[in-house]
Amino acid sequence: MNAQAVVILPIALPLATMVMLLLSLKSIPAQKVIGVVGSTGLLLSAATLAWLVDRDGILVLQAGNWPAPFGITLVADRLSSIMVLLAGLMVFAVSVYSLASVNDRRVSFGFHPLIQLLLMGVCGAFLTGDLFNLYVWFEVMLIASFVLLTLGGERRQLEGAIKYVTLNLISSAVFLAAIGVIYAATGTLNMADLALKLRSFPDEGTVSVLSMLFLIAFGTKAAVFPLFFWLPASYHTPPVAVSAIFAGLLTKVGVYSLIRAFTLLFVTDLEFTHNLLLLIAGLTMVTGVLGAMAQNEVRRILSFHIVSQIGYMVMGLALFTPLALAGTVFYIIHHIVVKTNLFLIGGIVEQRFRTGRLDRIGGLYRSAPVLATVFFLSAMSLAGIPPLSGFFAKLTLIRGGLEAERYAIVVAALVVSLLTLFSMTKIWTEAFWKPVPGDAMTNVNFPRRSRAGRACLYGPAILLASVTVGIGVMAGPVMNASMATAEQLLDQNAYIQAVLPDGPTGQVPAVSRERTSP
Amino acid sequence: MDILLAITVGGLYAAGIYMMLRRNVVKLLIGLGLLSHAANLLLFTAGGLVRGRVPVIPDGETRPLVIVADPLPQALILTAIVISFAVLAFALVLIYRTYQTLGTEDLDELKATDT
Repeated sequence: MNAQAVVILPIALPLATMVMLLLSLKSIPAQKVIGVVGSTGLLLSAATLAWLVDRDGILVLQAGNWPAPFGITLVADRLSSIMVLLAGLMVFAVSVYSLASVNDRRVSFGFHPLIQLLLMGVCGAFLTGDLFNLYVWFEVMLIASFVLLTLGGERRQLEGAIKYVTLNLISSAVFLAAIGVIYAATGTLNMADLALKLRSFPDEGTVSVLSMLFLIAFGTKAAVFPLFFWLPASYHTPPVAVSAIFAGLLTKVGVYSLIRAFTLLFVTDLEFTHNLLLLIAGLTMVTGVLGAMAQNEVRRILSFHIVSQIGYMVMGLALFTPLALAGTVFYIIHHIVVKTNLFLIGGIVEQRFRTGRLDRIGGLYRSAPVLATVFFLSAMSLAGIPPLSGFFAKLTLIRGGLEAERYAIVVAALVVSLLTLFSMTKIWTEAFWKPVPGDAMTNVNFPRRSRAGRACLYGPAILLASVTVGIGVMAGPVMNASMATAEQLLDQNAYIQAVLPDGPTGQVPAVSRERTSP
Repeated sequence: MDILLAITVGGLYAAGIYMMLRRNVVKLLIGLGLLSHAANLLLFTAGGLVRGRVPVIPDGETRPLVIVADPLPQALILTAIVISFAVLAFALVLIYRTYQTLGTEDLDELKATDT
């Protein structure tokens, strides 16, 4: 099999798994088995892809062998392949976790096929090299996430879903409008081709308008300030397995798109776009962490922390130096693993007490030492305590900030980091250290799970916690990979060369883009 | 024609946003529908308007001889319409189920998941 064909595997495998799952919808054991096997397959194919990209450089697949600007292009560069690999790891962890945490009713409603559909959309968005195709993958991902969010039809799920659906549809409409305008301006939607055409685009005003339209569209998906309100209103409502995969992956698709747009397409007016991004990054960090401090429920606190951490990722992008971008990549790697894990752990806590409210839970340090250890590792990593993964991610970003002499954002990042630590210790003292409150639901008689059931809940959490520790211990290699990714992102010519080997295709056949005079 | 369509697109955006600012959840959905129509029409207009010249290449030629309509925006819009149809169908069911469960159609009363 030639190497290019691997690029399509992370999209084709979830599709095939989904079809098989839909055909066996009646049998719950079959759903569980096929779901986990499919996720494992995705993880393996993603690992293969990452290995190939590391060895051979950017891999490009022209769908149907149509040459670049005309057909659909799939591109796997370092960033894409890292994101796909993380998506594979997360879906594997969540699939295993869901075996013991998602009830049979939800499974029979199609939980597993929807997870696969979601992953197909996520991987498609990471791998596509075409703006309209990106829009389509966004929608695939969104429709799957809508159904997952409402699956089960609980009261608060429906309420959360209205907000989630509304804001995501607005962002899609803005994205579509932006696609229309960019096509009118340049006559192409292929990202490499666009990158070439926007470089020498005569009308700076149009490019600024376009960059802002894309900033709003992708910023809403990424939950940056002031477009994040849908996230804390909805992420704590669905089953934990769903929250965890959303927390890990969905906003990161937005961040990925922002990175793509503002490293490849809109790099002509850095003074304007990237300074604005820097301001947004600072405000996102601060508002997110302040929102988290006001909360008293495990998953609500964690939801606000997603927002805060999106700020760090955007910070590296806004500074736009190799070191800062490497920090962003490192931060994304660290964040996806840690955040998913914290949601998984929060889910185990919620299952024990049937609530996530901090005043009704406690005593977990004594009653669940393994859980306490895993939580402690992840929470400290999130706050950025050495030698865990979060420390190196933040260190790189802050070094990037100092190097670029943007001291305000560095101060903001450090203060937010401290507040994150405060927030994490709040969960720690309330849920783990404090004795069980008197009015807590009788958790002593919590139905003991079978050994296999507990393995399914704890296994993924332990796996992800060891990945966190692993990233911290192996910070050197991860840093090298991030650095290589950042350099590749800044080398737009390599991307363009890989997609359009024959150089720019200015001569669109006479299907002309000129307006006719009436 | 361009001007007329541009005004229509602007009108649709304005109407859509106005509807979304109302408190009724059904109006919110109508607003979302209008917004996606506006985006589709914008895509169509921005793609260039050519009247009555189908993009068919005559026999023996490799490219069209005259300026023809650009088929790409139309293909894009078709895709976008199908997607927005699916999404709106889902949203309709969602607001119906919400109404059944919560017994209200007033957006201001959907505050339980807010922070």
